[in-house]
Amino acid sequence: MAGKTLFDKIWDRHAIADLGDGFHLLGLDRVLVHDLSGARALEEVAEKGYPVARPELVFATPDHAVSTKPGRTEDTFPVGGRLVRGMRRRTAALGIRMFDLGQDGNGIVHVIGPELGISLPGAIIVCGDSHTCTHGGLGALAFGIGSSELVHALATQTLVQRRPRAMRLNFEGALPVGVTAKDMILHAIGRLGVAAGTGIAVEYAGSAIRALPVEARLTLCNLSIEMGAKMGMVAPDDATYRFVAGRDFAPKGALFERAVADWRTLPCDPDAVFDVEHTIHMADVAPQITWGTSPEHVVAIDQPIPDPARAPDAARRRAWAAALEYQGLEPGKPIAGTPVDWVFIGSCTNSRISDLRAAAAVARGRRTSARVTAWVVPGSERVKKEAEAEGLDRVFRDAGFEWREPGCSMCVAANGETVPPGQRSVSTSNRNFTARQGPGARTHLASPAMAVAAAIAGAIADVRSI
Amino acid sequence: MDKFTRLEGVAVPFLRANVDTDMIIPMTRLVGTTRAEIEAGCFELLRLRRDGTEDPDCVFNQPAFRGAPILLAGDNFGCGSSREAAVWALAGMGVKCVIAPSFGDIFFANCFQNGLLPVALPMAEIERLAEETRAAPGNARVTVDLERQVLVSPRGREIAFAIEPRRRTAMIEGLDDIGATMTMGADIAAWQARQRAERPWMLPDGAAPGQEGPS
Repeated sequence: MAGKTLFDKIWDRHAIADLGDGFHLLGLDRVLVHDLSGARALEEVAEKGYPVARPELVFATPDHAVSTKPGRTEDTFPVGGRLVRGMRRRTAALGIRMFDLGQDGNGIVHVIGPELGISLPGAIIVCGDSHTCTHGGLGALAFGIGSSELVHALATQTLVQRRPRAMRLNFEGALPVGVTAKDMILHAIGRLGVAAGTGIAVEYAGSAIRALPVEARLTLCNLSIEMGAKMGMVAPDDATYRFVAGRDFAPKGALFERAVADWRTLPCDPDAVFDVEHTIHMADVAPQITWGTSPEHVVAIDQPIPDPARAPDAARRRAWAAALEYQGLEPGKPIAGTPVDWVFIGSCTNSRISDLRAAAAVARGRRTSARVTAWVVPGSERVKKEAEAEGLDRVFRDAGFEWREPGCSMCVAANGETVPPGQRSVSTSNRNFTARQGPGARTHLASPAMAVAAAIAGAIADVRSI
Repeated sequence: MDKFTRLEGVAVPFLRANVDTDMIIPMTRLVGTTRAEIEAGCFELLRLRRDGTEDPDCVFNQPAFRGAPILLAGDNFGCGSSREAAVWALAGMGVKCVIAPSFGDIFFANCFQNGLLPVALPMAEIERLAEETRAAPGNARVTVDLERQVLVSPRGREIAFAIEPRRRTAMIEGLDDIGATMTMGADIAAWQARQRAERPWMLPDGAAPGQEGPS
């Protein structure tokens, strides 16, 4: 019998019952709740008279519909204020821990989970948010669910799921200059396409993954869903255990040592078999920038804008042409040099302290272009405080960036913060969908360092040439 | 949940690949809105022009296809955001069945939570259905028979489709998972006891920020 993958081991130990046809009833270790899907699900739980089965395993934070304006209150964006108040009332009544606006621990749900030690290796973690795959960077099995499934999770602390197929995506070799985890995963999505992971749980492996710091693994796993995979994960290792040690909700002392001994048994067995396997050589990966309206519409920064006439099939020819029209771009021209109006550094992809340090390293001693409005939105209260203690806020402010409060902000534009119609943004977020950053907004995804390079140049630019 | 057994009606062809759930229902319709506002917003980025008037060129606005209960779609339909409102919006536009070569995983699961049937068929089959539909706009009816797991094209061709028995039964009987799970309380309690014994570190450690609770 073939050995087990990391995924198999976590899935199997959480399988409460085999429901047939590949479906299992899974026990859940954590349910994370935010102010959009979460607030709605909490209302539904109350309306239908369901209990919340294990409130001590549920954690709530408002992040989507909160203003990130400096000095904000919950009513700076009034619609969001109503959601926050509803969430506060429900979580208090149900005994659910909520990290309220401005409190220590508040922030983007996929930033605070790892940051507070809520997310642990080997855990099953769900949230009504597709970027829940982020937590897979710790060796957890974490995935996004809809609001009906979220109600099920809250009411029973279980979920019915069908076992996905398994893919291993290997990254081999050393990271070239200017290349980050964001570039690795964008490159992979460009190569494999946005549907490559449909029905699949992805494990990222290889020498380049082992060398990645934990926060970079979170970034990598965050974009699994943009490859179609609702679950993406990296096997835990010593770097993971060092990251988890001492965090607020993580086990302490002897219990932590027991946990680590168990976590060391989680990585894939040598004879485990994957349904699909791909390998990417890091020497082939350059800093990436998206050009279109799907994350697979991506090129290396030194490449031209693709020509629909050279698309591999008719469907993509149509999609590329429509994307170029929406984005206001001409095929064949270099993508570098395209003028930019907005730069957004933030989101559950790239708003952790390591992201802000990388961005500040490029911004230090430079000035943003006069044509660019540039924002830095830290991922959490703790990231914000840590950055301020290091003086990064001053670096950004001195360079012409606005330093803001934590939240999802312009990644999802649920809080009234949008890129104006027709304007072009370079963003460290995860989706360049049509109208994602606001009606008519044109989004280009890139790493934090590349976003700063664009802010300084006033145009899409190669961070390696700065 | 509404039961789904058999459906007959017009199929609207919209074969674009990688239609994301932001496209189906934009964020502007989701924050602090009612279900009715969500249901009215399906595909509004495509259906409405900048000035808010309907775009007559959009297939969803054409008289032959308006309110069609079947949507013929492209690869990876419903990718992206987990927003279940994408399913509510489709239902609000009258769609009860989406036929596509493949679906975003979270969207696919959300469909079954709302009695909207997603059917996976090869692209070539969907293109043939679209051709038959376009040949007689508004009069070309497709039948989806979930009990027999057969689809009947406008020209009478029968096309078998696969669906997991568990999901098929739930759709036909209008069941949701939560009721069934709640009958498994003993199994759940036994698993939780085992988890506590074998992996006690999975319980969150005691004192932590926000402990004092919101003011």
